[in-house]
Amino acid sequence: MAENNTHLKELEDEAIFIMREVAAQFERPVLLFSGGKDSICMAHLAKKAFYPAKIPFPFMHIDTGHNFDETITFRDDLIKKMGAKLIVGSVQDSIDSGKVKEETGPDASRNALQTVTLLDTLKKYQADAALGGGRRDEEKARAKERFFSHRDIFGQWNPKQQRPELWNLFNGRKNQGESFRVFPLSNWTEMNVWQYIAQENIEIPEIYFAHDREVFQRRGVWLANTDFVDIQPDEKLLNKTVRFRTIGDATCTGAVLSTASSLEDIIQEVASARQTERGNRHDDKRSETAMEDRKRQGYF
Amino acid sequence: MTRNNQTSQSSYLHMDMLRFTTAGSVDDGKSTLIGRLLYDSKSIFEDQMEAIEKTSLNGGEAEVNLALLTDGLKAEREQKITIDVAYRYFATPKRKFIIADTPGHIQYTSNMVTGASTAELAVILVDAQKGLLTQSKRHAYISSLLQIPNLVVAINKMDLVDYDQAVYQNIVEAFQDFSRELDVKSITYIPISALKGDNVVETGDNTPWYDGPTLLHHLETVKVENALNKVDFRLPVQYVIRPHQNFRGFAGRIASGRIRPGDKVMALPSRITSKIKEIVTNDGNLTEAGPGDSVAITLDDEIDVSRGDMLVHADNIPTIQSKFEAFLCWMNAEPLEVSKPYLLMHTTRVTQVFIDEVTYSLDVDTLEKKSSSNLKHNEIGKVKITTSQPLYFDPYKTNQKTGSFIIIDPATNVTVGGGMIQSVDANDKSIVENHFRQASPNTTWEPWNIARARREELNGHKAVVLWFTGISGAGKTTIAKALETKLFKIGRQTMLLDGDQVRHGLCGDLGFSPGERTENIRRVGEVARLFFEQGNIVLCTFVSPYRKDRETVKNLFPTGRFIEIQVDCDLETARQRDPKGLYAKAENGEIKDLTGFNMEHEVSENPDLNFNTGEMDVDTIVEDIYRYLEKLS
Ligand SMILES: Nc1nc2c(ncn2[C@@H]2O[C@H](COP(=O)(O)OP(=O)(O)O)[C@@H](O)[C@H]2O)c(=O)[nH]1
Repeated sequence: MAENNTHLKELEDEAIFIMREVAAQFERPVLLFSGGKDSICMAHLAKKAFYPAKIPFPFMHIDTGHNFDETITFRDDLIKKMGAKLIVGSVQDSIDSGKVKEETGPDASRNALQTVTLLDTLKKYQADAALGGGRRDEEKARAKERFFSHRDIFGQWNPKQQRPELWNLFNGRKNQGESFRVFPLSNWTEMNVWQYIAQENIEIPEIYFAHDREVFQRRGVWLANTDFVDIQPDEKLLNKTVRFRTIGDATCTGAVLSTASSLEDIIQEVASARQTERGNRHDDKRSETAMEDRKRQGYF
Repeated sequence: MTRNNQTSQSSYLHMDMLRFTTAGSVDDGKSTLIGRLLYDSKSIFEDQMEAIEKTSLNGGEAEVNLALLTDGLKAEREQKITIDVAYRYFATPKRKFIIADTPGHIQYTSNMVTGASTAELAVILVDAQKGLLTQSKRHAYISSLLQIPNLVVAINKMDLVDYDQAVYQNIVEAFQDFSRELDVKSITYIPISALKGDNVVETGDNTPWYDGPTLLHHLETVKVENALNKVDFRLPVQYVIRPHQNFRGFAGRIASGRIRPGDKVMALPSRITSKIKEIVTNDGNLTEAGPGDSVAITLDDEIDVSRGDMLVHADNIPTIQSKFEAFLCWMNAEPLEVSKPYLLMHTTRVTQVFIDEVTYSLDVDTLEKKSSSNLKHNEIGKVKITTSQPLYFDPYKTNQKTGSFIIIDPATNVTVGGGMIQSVDANDKSIVENHFRQASPNTTWEPWNIARARREELNGHKAVVLWFTGISGAGKTTIAKALETKLFKIGRQTMLLDGDQVRHGLCGDLGFSPGERTENIRRVGEVARLFFEQGNIVLCTFVSPYRKDRETVKNLFPTGRFIEIQVDCDLETARQRDPKGLYAKAENGEIKDLTGFNMEHEVSENPDLNFNTGEMDVDTIVEDIYRYLEKLS
């Protein structure tokens, strides 16, 4: 509850409060950084939370090795500008050491393998709290997730171990070896993230905006032509104006057909996608954006 | 890169936010209502809709079952996964909304307390067919206990009662009746059909007799920041920012009050004072900051402050105490154990704590107090607490942020209870040093030599103040005299303070201007307090026309010890009685400002007792008050 404040100000105040709680209550927190817009927002908020000091915890990137060219450069620039420390956990290393097995076939992705690398990297660094950019609006199952989510010594989420969260009192007490995932953006929606990026003038990678790219369609999803994908005989490479809504493993992150070239355009697109979704169900102009959104949110 | 071409479309830059909770029993239509709000505010995706349409049709339902949108919880409940609160989001161009949706099953009480703890408004669903049931009362009670300032009573399923105004009206009246016992700032009643949509987002044609807002319109426009405490500056220090030797920023989220650079502040527990140098943020220093702002503050002097300390205005400090009374909601399957060491988290501090005693547990359905030695899962009770370190707190009622705490079991680290501080333990210290009161220069508050509790023990009854307010001739003095006589006869120690008496001595220098009336009541309040500390039942009969003045007096006493009794009668009756000939004089123009006649008496919003002497005889009233007193002790 804040006075005469906009929703973005209140969400920001809340996120900053959570980040400071983490810095105060834990010994070795890390900020999970994927290079996507949510992580970038998190980094921005962390900078604000501890200004004028440097962010008192390192960033941790779980690198699938399947990156869009731009993302790693962007990541390194940002880390340098913030004066932060970066820890990289590499899925390739997990594969090389035999901890996980690379998937095969055209649909192979490293998304599932990430979890193992993540847990290993957290353990190696002895992290007792990992700040993540997860939001409750992402999918139904997350609606009841806590700000402070307790993990047992295996890093597992146990629904019966979750603690009630009242007022703004966050209980981060734990036994040796246990840890927490903490989600300062819990109360944000995707729309809020875009609004905040616009309001704060936050730099984000170019590929979030409309650009021309060689893409092909696989099961209704537009995928970029990168070194990591095997184009099947029946898949045709096309030049399209697209943008990405999320940045992840390049082999399975779908692009959306869009001409949105500014943040305001994107905000409009996200807003109208939601509206026409319901009203003009069979409208030909139906936005691809919403489809990707749904997929990402894993609704049905 | 950034690409910002902000245009007039950026209306979201002015949106604000409302957090509300929904309460209802199973099948009252809560899921349907939430589904309706999400659906009609266009927060639902096509594929979600298609899926629930399919499910609805498969189930043979004629209409799309909106309740399925939030149905995830039900499945999980069957899998025995603990669900306390699910949060849902939607937005209109005016506001972003956060719904704390609490499933209405057995663990309801603690879930609702959790959901309500962050809510600024509660929507209580009542099924029009069933009328006002105990459950709704429970929901209203929990809302009032958690001090949610705004209640909406949504009377649902109006379509099943043919949109009959009488049904609505009956429920409204029943609720109004019941809610007099509650402490809620505003209650709005809306007849709706969550299923058909009437008065949820659109008005519809079915309730022409209803001219109030739709639910969404109300949610969009209700003012919530009024409930903020903007007076008592409290900054629980979260973290100290130290980039280098010359900078110490005390970081935290302002719990209440406003500050500016130059303000004199005190650090607790050290009580060292200094001035605010800067309010630092990454976007530049601020000239002012208020409730809810996450800030970092630097001070003029180098003083030692760390996490868990609190910065406050130097001349307005919270209570500093290690013993207090609180309402506690127990949230764990293992019952509360008196005298077992727990941890207590309050603002940014964690300290060891003993729960000394469960004074009573509360039946949230009947509001009856049951004596009990512990609290079980989902029970709420009043408890006495001792912390190993003093806390810096305000009563929850005046400050939710500094009046709330959680209890943690050190063996499991799990949060097992949530509490709201009521007052300082009366036996420990008579009345807390009340920082709102003025003190003469160079004096410090000295506790009473003999604690009131000891005097009360000797007298065999509790001290209490009965404050009779109402217009001249309403019957205040008559009732008070009869009551005092009755109490005196059975050996109670009493004192009666009457308006005319004090006007002859103590307040003989005062006239009847608003300022003088206020001063009159202030003095009387202080005198009443001295008698109170002596262990008396103090009966005060004063017109006391200003609500604010009565409120000030009330704040001099511990919670529950100041009983406000509104005595009414219609003006005609008072004029006929005219015991002091005042009305006659006013009619002749000799008195210009007679309360009730040519000046308003500000009726109490929720007096503890309320009587109309035109309708009840004195004996009955005396008997009623007497019984009320008996219940207190
Ligand atoms: N006729 C009518 N039925 C309603 C209304 N609201 C809810 N219902 C029905 O009442 C039942 C319970 O609703 P649900 O939303 O699941 O209740 P919950 O348990 O409070 O979430 C369902 O069959 C709904 O369709 C209403 O306004 N009118």
